[in-house]
Amino acid sequence: MSLNFDSARLPNPHLTNDHNAWREQLRRFIDTEIMPYADDWDEAGHIPIELWPKAAAVGLLGLGYPEAYGGITEGTDIWFGWIAAEEMARIGVGGINASLMVHGIGLPPVINWGSEAMKQAVAPAVLAGEKHISLGITEPGAGSDVAGISTTAVRDGDHYVVNGSKTFITGGMRANWVSTAVRTGGEGAGGVSMLLIPTDAGGFSRTPLTRKQGWWASDTATLYFDNVRVPVKNLIGEENRGFRVIMTNFNGERMGMAASMEAQARVCLEEAVAWASERKTFGQRLADHQVIRHKIAQMKQKINATQAYLRICYESIASGQPNPGDIAMLKVQASETLEFCAREAMQILGGIGYMRGNRVERIYREVRVNAIGGGSEEIMRDLAARQYGI
Amino acid sequence: MKVLVAVKRVVDYNVKVRAKADGSDVDLNNVKMAINPFCEIAVEEAVRLKEAGVASEVVVVSVGEKSCQEQIRTALALGADRGIQVETEGAVEPLVVAKLLKGVVEKEQPQLVILGKQSIDGDNNQTGQMLGALANMAQGTFASEVKVDGDAVSVTREVDGGLQTVKLKLPAIVTTDLRLNEPRYASLPNIMKAKKKQLDVFSPADLGVEVKSHLTQLRVEPPAERQAGIKVASVDELVDKLKNEAKVI
Ligand SMILES: Cc1cc2nc3c(=O)[nH]c(=O)nc-3n(C[C@H](O)[C@H](O)[C@H](O)COP(=O)(O)OP(=O)(O)OC[C@H]3O[C@@H](n4cnc5c(N)ncnc54)[C@H](O)[C@@H]3O)c2cc1C
Repeated sequence: MSLNFDSARLPNPHLTNDHNAWREQLRRFIDTEIMPYADDWDEAGHIPIELWPKAAAVGLLGLGYPEAYGGITEGTDIWFGWIAAEEMARIGVGGINASLMVHGIGLPPVINWGSEAMKQAVAPAVLAGEKHISLGITEPGAGSDVAGISTTAVRDGDHYVVNGSKTFITGGMRANWVSTAVRTGGEGAGGVSMLLIPTDAGGFSRTPLTRKQGWWASDTATLYFDNVRVPVKNLIGEENRGFRVIMTNFNGERMGMAASMEAQARVCLEEAVAWASERKTFGQRLADHQVIRHKIAQMKQKINATQAYLRICYESIASGQPNPGDIAMLKVQASETLEFCAREAMQILGGIGYMRGNRVERIYREVRVNAIGGGSEEIMRDLAARQYGI
Repeated sequence: MKVLVAVKRVVDYNVKVRAKADGSDVDLNNVKMAINPFCEIAVEEAVRLKEAGVASEVVVVSVGEKSCQEQIRTALALGADRGIQVETEGAVEPLVVAKLLKGVVEKEQPQLVILGKQSIDGDNNQTGQMLGALANMAQGTFASEVKVDGDAVSVTREVDGGLQTVKLKLPAIVTTDLRLNEPRYASLPNIMKAKKKQLDVFSPADLGVEVKSHLTQLRVEPPAERQAGIKVASVDELVDKLKNEAKVI
């Protein structure tokens, strides 16, 4: 048996023919519409805008969102989402997934907490791939400490006047709306609200953050708000109750990132095994050297553990009993697995792995954004420790 | 116009097939299965005819065990309207498949039947032709272009010397070559809709066909392993090896 992206996936008894059909067709979509161009898009730091409607048509953008707003739920379950995350990770260009799927963090606040009118105005256009929405939490002065944000929204009649800035915002250059964390009240978590800010509002400006370690294909941006007037009806949820909106958003984001990281680790495994089976040193294939065999086995061992843990967390979500502490630790499990596998795969590839244009080299550069974004490893452990009541 | 498309469940083309240790057959244990690529092209062509308003209904048929319903569902997700499974057990040879398909043709009375030119497992390249003979229908094989015009269909065929175009009177049979079209991928909503489409199951007896085998498979063995290449030092050495070892010049 050869060890590759598919064979290295442990059996999952929840998967049916429908899931397999989705994986097969989604993979075809990716292999036709994305794979051949992925490298070039990453080098160019840009994804063509036409990709969004195509991804909408195949069902990728709408998956898991209510049908009433153009989403797809009928006949689906969480395993479809896991498959989507895996298949997008298989591309090996993290910036494409980050940018194409950024509505996965920007839209849920609107869907879960927004008014009916807001949902109607935003969701169908986003899920059709015609418009774009990002999530704006992080600021130059506050990242992990979400409750410490200082962008203000001061009430003036039936508008808020927003001042401040957001940074590292994925999809920020393209976004038509940003689900934005703002301070409407006093200090701390109790003074934070979520506000839907349209990017065509006066006083809004943005600059691209192009010189990144990885995720080049993704349009990361810094956003500036200079007396931006936003209607009060754009409040997402209640005033000063935004912290809860942000926190409930995190479980989904972390599950998606963990699923993606596990699959990226599998890409590293696949590339390493393929190379080790061919490359000869000292008269033997790399795969015949015990040191290399152990590296491969250890990669698989960590991947197995992450998969099993992922499945348990997905099951707990499916049964309506998600455990945020366990999900936070899953994210750490996945980023450590990814870090290990990217490192070992790079070692096995040797010099050729250091050359741009292969998946391992890129994944290696994209490990850290996964270990920091969406809640850093340190913050995840802290959250878990608090939740476990230590 | 009704179009009937035949699809076969085969080992996915990405899979490296292995012979069983005892040499009795190919090892299908835990192997990924898919629609035969040529059949997929056939489905695509039929769906395009429907989208162009030429075909009114696309019926997809597969001969095989219950598991081949998976491939019928895929074809339904790609745009076919309803499915038929003719339930058989084990391997069925081309002549029997052709007879069973003839039974379906008699039931359905399609104007056009599209099949893959061959399946990538057996590589027989027989079923379409046999069906043409049994059903007494004109046939255009190895199609790289199909144009329906009134009660006729023009089929451009990929033959050794180039392209040959034949005009057939409907009802007719077309078998697809690789360059006829590029099959689409199915969307998630269409995968879900396919589950609700009609899928009828017939037995060979329902079609008045007796499943017999006329062929016995003796042995399945992998092709000889290719030897590694060598580097030659000079043109003279190359010429010498081509002459005396490879004996090609
Ligand atoms: C490419 C990219 C895309 C991003 N996209 C988005 C986006 O779309 N939207 C968005 O809002 N944000 C986004 N982010 C921001 C990301 O969420 C933050 O970088 C992350 O939350 C960490 O915040 P920070 O960078 O300010 O680091 P800091 O909070 O300053 O932390 C620095 C380091 O200190 C550690 N640390 C912090 N506090 C503690 C503590 N109490 N105990 C121990 N260690 C601690 C952290 O773990 C980290 O290692 C993105 C980031 C990147 C790099």
